Order: sequence, then structure tokens, then C-alpha cells
Amino acid sequence: MAEVLQLKGLCKSFGGLVVAADVTFGLAPGDRTALIGPNGAGKTTLVNLISGALYPSSGDITLDGRSLVRLSMPARVQAGVARTFQLNRLFRDQTVGDNVRIAVLQQKRQSLRMWQPRADGIAVEAAVEQVLGALHLQARQGRLVRTLAYGEQRLLEIALALALKPRVLLLDEPAAGVPRGESGVIMDVIAGLPAELAVLLIEHDMDLVFRFAKRIVVLASGAVLTIGTPEQVAADERVKQLYFGRAGHVSHANQTGQVSHAGRPH
Amino acid sequence: MATVSLEHATAATRLRGPAIPFLPEMILVALGIAAFFAFPNDLAFLARILITGLFVLSLSLVLGQAGIPTLGHSASMGTGAYAAGLFAIHVSQDPLIGLLVGGLAGALIAVTTGALLLRTAHLTFVMLTIAVAQILYEIANQAAWLTGGDNGLAGISVNPILGLFEFDLYSRTSYLYALAVLVVSYFIVRVIVESPFGLTSRGIHSDPDRMRALGCNTYRHLLIVFTIGGLFAGLSGALSAQVAQVVGLSSLSFGTSGDALVMLIVGGSARLPGALIGTVVFMIVEHAAATVNPYHWLFIIGGLLILTVLVLPGGLISVVDWVAARLPWNILGRGARHG
Repeated sequence: MAEVLQLKGLCKSFGGLVVAADVTFGLAPGDRTALIGPNGAGKTTLVNLISGALYPSSGDITLDGRSLVRLSMPARVQAGVARTFQLNRLFRDQTVGDNVRIAVLQQKRQSLRMWQPRADGIAVEAAVEQVLGALHLQARQGRLVRTLAYGEQRLLEIALALALKPRVLLLDEPAAGVPRGESGVIMDVIAGLPAELAVLLIEHDMDLVFRFAKRIVVLASGAVLTIGTPEQVAADERVKQLYFGRAGHVSHANQTGQVSHAGRPH
Repeated sequence: MATVSLEHATAATRLRGPAIPFLPEMILVALGIAAFFAFPNDLAFLARILITGLFVLSLSLVLGQAGIPTLGHSASMGTGAYAAGLFAIHVSQDPLIGLLVGGLAGALIAVTTGALLLRTAHLTFVMLTIAVAQILYEIANQAAWLTGGDNGLAGISVNPILGLFEFDLYSRTSYLYALAVLVVSYFIVRVIVESPFGLTSRGIHSDPDRMRALGCNTYRHLLIVFTIGGLFAGLSGALSAQVAQVVGLSSLSFGTSGDALVMLIVGGSARLPGALIGTVVFMIVEHAAATVNPYHWLFIIGGLLILTVLVLPGGLISVVDWVAARLPWNILGRGARHG
């Protein structure tokens, strides 16, 4: 199928520090692609480049052949690219319902309406119910976000992105910080995402990655090391080396990883 | 489908404002009328409270709801006051048209300065808002041929309102006129706050970058909020020009913006009634303290501010909420909490 999102020779460096080096791959509708790599490989940087939080030094990002690199972050969202955040970025003093409502109002371009109560738009409310339902959060609708359990906040983070009805969804470590026993709920939600949505998942938990992904992109030091099916990647010697290394290489890889991680702006 | 729409209905009722429509406005009218009969000799002072209340209300929309940290809100009020004053002197003495002119002037100054200033944020923005107000202050000071300079713009007089109610020596008309404008303005601002627009404003207040990641054009949204705030600040300026029949340079001063900020914080900035509670308390304390000790009344105001910020970070409105939550009947309704 034709690729909806394409990254072409994407490069980004901060001074001498290269965080994305000639990254080229694409996502087709329905894709379930995982992006893996050690700490500091440039995974979140790539999400920031695609979503518009960072501008690339060179290269192109296209959505349906239309270049996104000159568009602002809001314009890219309106074009159909949504993301979640590794650390929860929610409206903590608002209710769960209002959090989703804020996102739906953006998607329906109704955020400038002044002459009706905020919960009176029929189409908006239907969309809010639908998103909350898809993430099993209906019962939490009236609760303030800061009173939610952490795992539920992770779900709400996904809910906000889904409310935007994106065509490309970038999930930045959706299970980060969630205890292993509870990450199943998040995996179920991810498994139940709309079939035609192109999904790029960044995750450290290899169980999740191998259950979710039909294709894995391995990133190392900002560059694509390999792209393949989970079986191919699991069998790849270079990937094994990257993660497990030989005795002498482990500490070295970790060090460089941490240095570039610390140097990454947030 | 039936169950879905039923859930809709319950969700909508739960989230809507107070159970009784116009409840806040009715309370405001009732208190206003009560004060009218209780203090017939202080109506000029009470009218000033109402006018300042409208100004603080407009700041509550801009700062409390949308989180725009302006310290130059007097720019819109002063511009509205001078516009309404000049309009009455040179064009027409119709009070309602003059009011509208003042409001539009306030909105105009807000939209033109906001278009530039809202490209910045944080401390830069705060500094620029002060700068804009100072520049306008100096322009009004220098253009004495037009504004009267530091003598103030005098000689403003307006016709009876709607041709019926003449402004009288005891400020009865002034007071009721200010009350009417405040109540109508309060209603409009409350509708805006409870709307999708208001919800989005609070979203930008808590995390503008997150809003951008949701596709929100935060600049455009904040500019609209800033303009509406300027409109109501301009209305309050026009009211003060018509009621006091004079416009002083102080209407553009930094002190005017600063006092309004203190009133908003004392009353509570998260919800609209806080603006009015803070104004009433501040002005009465100021009035009383200045009567008791004309030299040291600022100590009392300073003490009041410190006490509120330390003991009641949510402002005096949190006391009202605390009491209301313990009443046997839930008069404000669950939905009364927004923001």
C-alpha cells in the first residue's frame, strides 16, 4: 500500500552532536512499526522531528507527498500526525472528560465557539464518549486527572491523541513507568487501534514490541541500523551486539548512550 | 443508541453551569439592589467599586482563565476612558454609544498591541505589557491639547440614559447604570468562560505546548482572549469617564494595573466571582483604612495580600466555596466549579 508518511534522508544535529543521521523509512496505512534502539539512539528526537517540536537540519518529511518540514506543530496535527508523550502531558486540574473534550474541540475546529456550554455540542460529545469508551475510561469521565492512577493517565495520554483522529500516530513509550502487570491493558488498547491508522511505537519493553510490531526499525546513534520483521531483527547479529554487546563493548555503548541522552533537549 | 443519548443528557447536565439559569447574575443584582438601599449616601463610592469590578473581571478572563500575564491591563481601560470622554465632548453625549466607543477602543488597543506582544511569553511579555501602558500614559500626558494632560480630561457630560434616566447629584443613576453594565458584562464573560472557547483557554493556561501538540493555534486563541479582555476593560474605562465626568492620567497608570492584579489574587483568579469579591474587599478595606489612617493604609492592604496568598492560595472565593459545599442544599450545583 502507498506510504502515507515518508522520512527522506532526515538529519538533525546539535552542534557536533548528531541525533538523526540520514533516516529514511515510511509508514503505510495500517502499519504497526516499532522503533527501537538503546538510550540516546535518537528515538524521541525522531518523534520530535516528525511532530514539529524540532526542525531537521536537512532531509524531508512528507505526508501524502506533501512536505511537512515547513509546517508548525499545530499545522502538522491538523494534517493528521498526532503523538503521545513519554512523560504524561495532561491537563491535571481538569476532568478526564474535559481533557478529551479539549482535544476533540481541536479536531472538530470548534474551539473558538463561545455561545454554548462546553458540553453541549452533540457531535463533540459523541466523539468524547467514543474515545473514552475505546480506552475504557467512561467511568472516570468526571474525575480530575490528577486523582487518576498512573496507568489510567497513560491511557488518557493515548486518548488525547486518538481524539485528534490522526492518520499517523506516534506513540512515545506508552507503557513507560507502568508496572509490568498493568501494561497488558495498554497493550490491549494499542492492539485495538483503528486498522487503517499508521502507528509508530517507541518502546523499551521488548515483549510489547514483539507482540505489537509487524516491522521493526532499529536505530543506533541517530542512524537506521536495520529494518525488518521481528524475526529478522531478533536474528540480526548487529542488533544483538547493540543490545547485549560483547563484554568490552557494553560499558562503552552505555556511556555514549547516556552522554547523548543528557545532551538531548526536552 | 437510546442509552448513548441518555448518557449524553446526564453528562451534559452534570457539566453545565449552575442548576438555576442566571443564578450568578441574579445574586449580583440582588446584592447590588440591597447595597443601593442600605448605603444611600455612599453610592458614588459603590459605583466606583462596580466599575473597578468590571475591570478586574476582564483581567480575570485574560489572566485567570487564559493565563496571559499582563501588567499593563490599564492600557485598555485608560484608552476606553479617554475614547468615551472625547466622544462625549466632541461627538455625541449619548451614554450607550459612548460606552460602546470606549469598549471598542479598549479592544482595538488590545488587538494591535497583543498581535505583537503575544509572539513573546513569560517575563518578556510582562515587561512589554508594562512598556505599552507606560507609552500610552506618556502620550496622554504629552498630548495635553487633546487629553488635558495631567489636569485630566474634564467637561464630560452625558445625556440621560435612553433619554429617561438623568445622572443625579446622589449618583443613584450612576450606580444603577454601572450595576446594569456589570451584570450584563458578567453574563457575557461567564458564557464565554463556560464555552468550548473558555475550556480551550484554560487548556492553554495549564500547558500551551501541549495544546499546540493537539493542533491548537495558541497565538490566535490568546489574541482573541486578549481582545475580549480589552473590550471589557475599555467598557469599564468608559463607565468611569461617564460617571466621574473626568478622565485622569491614572487610568493608564501602572498602579491601576497593579491594584487590579492584587484584587484578583485576593478574591481568587480561577473563577469569575473571585474578581468581584476581591474588588469589594480590597476597595472597602482601602476606603476604611485610608479613613482611619491616611498615611499607613498601604500596610493594611499589603498585610491583606500576604495573608490571602499564604493562607488562601485560591483567594477568598475558596472560603465561599467551602461554606457553600457545607450548606444542606447544594445551591451552586456541581457544575459551578469550572477551572
